[in-house]
Amino acid sequence: MQTFSALSLIRRAFGGHAGWQAHWRTPEPKAAYDAIIVGGGGHGLGTAYYLAKEHGLRNIAVLERSWLGGGNTGRNTTIIRSNYLFDESATLYDHALKLWEGLSGALNYNVMYSPRGVMMLAHTHHDVQVSKRHVHANRANGVDNEWLTPEQAKAFCPPLNISPGLRYPVLGAALQRRGGTARHDAVAWGYARAADALGVDIIQNCEVTGIVRGRDGAVEAVETTRGRIRTPKVGVVAAGHTSVVMAMAGMRLPLESFPLQALVSEPVKPVFPCVVMSNTVHAYISQSDKGELVIGAGTDAYVSYSQRGGLHIPAHTLDAICELFPMFRRMRMLRNWGGIVDTTPDRSPIIAKTPVPGLYVNCGWGTGGFKATPGSAHVFAWTMARDAPHPINGPFTLERFRDGQMIDEAAAAAVAH
Amino acid sequence: MLLIDCPYCGKRPELEFAYGGEAHIARPQDPAALSDDEWATFLYLRTNPKGTHAERWRHVHGCGRFFNAVRDTVSDVFAATYRVGEPRPDAAPRKAGE
Ligand SMILES: Cc1cc2nc3c(=O)[nH]c(=O)nc-3n(C[C@H](O)[C@H](O)[C@H](O)COP(=O)(O)OP(=O)(O)OC[C@H]3O[C@@H](n4cnc5c(N)ncnc54)[C@H](O)[C@@H]3O)c2cc1C
Ligand SMILES: [Zn+2]
Repeated sequence: MQTFSALSLIRRAFGGHAGWQAHWRTPEPKAAYDAIIVGGGGHGLGTAYYLAKEHGLRNIAVLERSWLGGGNTGRNTTIIRSNYLFDESATLYDHALKLWEGLSGALNYNVMYSPRGVMMLAHTHHDVQVSKRHVHANRANGVDNEWLTPEQAKAFCPPLNISPGLRYPVLGAALQRRGGTARHDAVAWGYARAADALGVDIIQNCEVTGIVRGRDGAVEAVETTRGRIRTPKVGVVAAGHTSVVMAMAGMRLPLESFPLQALVSEPVKPVFPCVVMSNTVHAYISQSDKGELVIGAGTDAYVSYSQRGGLHIPAHTLDAICELFPMFRRMRMLRNWGGIVDTTPDRSPIIAKTPVPGLYVNCGWGTGGFKATPGSAHVFAWTMARDAPHPINGPFTLERFRDGQMIDEAAAAAVAH
Repeated sequence: MLLIDCPYCGKRPELEFAYGGEAHIARPQDPAALSDDEWATFLYLRTNPKGTHAERWRHVHGCGRFFNAVRDTVSDVFAATYRVGEPRPDAAPRKAGE
């Protein structure tokens, strides 16, 4: 692997940037691997990287039905934070946040992690109580989070309208300073490049169409659009398509897939210094380094794989954006799209072994899994390599729905970005 | 936005409706007799198909009634809507534009 450094960039610049290698190889699938990851999003590619890096499994492959990061990884609004209410979630998401802090160095790839601060607004008496409860619970868990008055919130984010005359006035905000954003594509590409350098085969345009099981029920192979590939271990990391893939092994999961939409504006000069979220009026906004306002909208109500969604959903979000940030009223929106998110009943992920020997699943990230990418990949690789969960993902089982051990972040946060 | 054909009122915009999840999941006849696995199946496991899906809708800002629909989850085109108690029609979804 060619390493990136200031020196190598300068040297290549003098050569007209000729001679850079491809970030990863484009191998033909082998007849057999020690493990196969289904899904080349950030979580799947990261899993392959940690399997190779930390567990010495290098004869492995990532199979992606289209292009790397073309799923939710490349469609999300990239908000990163770890201020979740429950101990289990705070531990998982903060594990990820700590990995984000060193990720560019570890991968020798600039993932543009930018801890610019995530501010979550409170608009009602109930919001204020819930937000303060989060602040205290987070601090007890060693996760930074602080309460701001409306004036302090405006000082942190000057475009914010804190006029008491708003339909939903800003009564305060919870600020996680370590929260922020990262570059979505770079996360997929950085993990792919680093995994490839360790010998992992990354195979695009290869859809898994079947899971083959032996007499004992254990996984033996996968059927793909490029032929059968033998393997004793399959890790399914297929986000919105998880139910489809797991049905190939005869399993039904506690998941439903919904379109979640986002949109970006025309690019403008830097105007917006942080990330602002409001679960109550349903608006999520930050500014990308290219200058676009990146705006997250809501999910459509119904199960769908259409990657579109209805226009009334983003229109509703823009109502809220225009009220909270009046200076954006004349901005033009450039693009609007949807991604298919897999949601669980308790809005927490499943990172676990399954009843099928050799079959593992990492799913249910729903509307908010980008932030968890490094942590999720790290503990899932452990789970696959050792056939046992890491202590951090121990609670995130499939069986919790049977046993009533929910991690009910839905009630805690209403929305899980 | 979807255009939904309420079997009682006719075609109305999606905003008049509330989605009610997968249809034809029968409530257990004898709840006390259910095992934990059966409860989890009833409460949480869903088909979530990429393709034809039978689902409940409620015309909240109209007649207020629940009904069922069959919709293709890739094209979002409805094949049929039908009243509660009627069997799931075995219709293939129409192609977009039909
Ligand atoms: C609009 C939007 C905004 C979001 N905003 C945020 C946010 O601000 N912060 C946050 O933390 N999260 C956010 N999320 C959620 C986040 O994007 C996801 O939770 C996360 O990216 C999931 O990563 P993944 O690698 O699991 O899935 P994906 O990136 O979707 O990867 C799964 C891959 O599996 C592939 N696949 C599926 N079926 C098969 C098959 N049969 N064979 C081979 N490959 C297959 C798909 O093509 C896909 O590339 C948002 C999501 C959306 C849609
Ligand atoms: Zn009606």
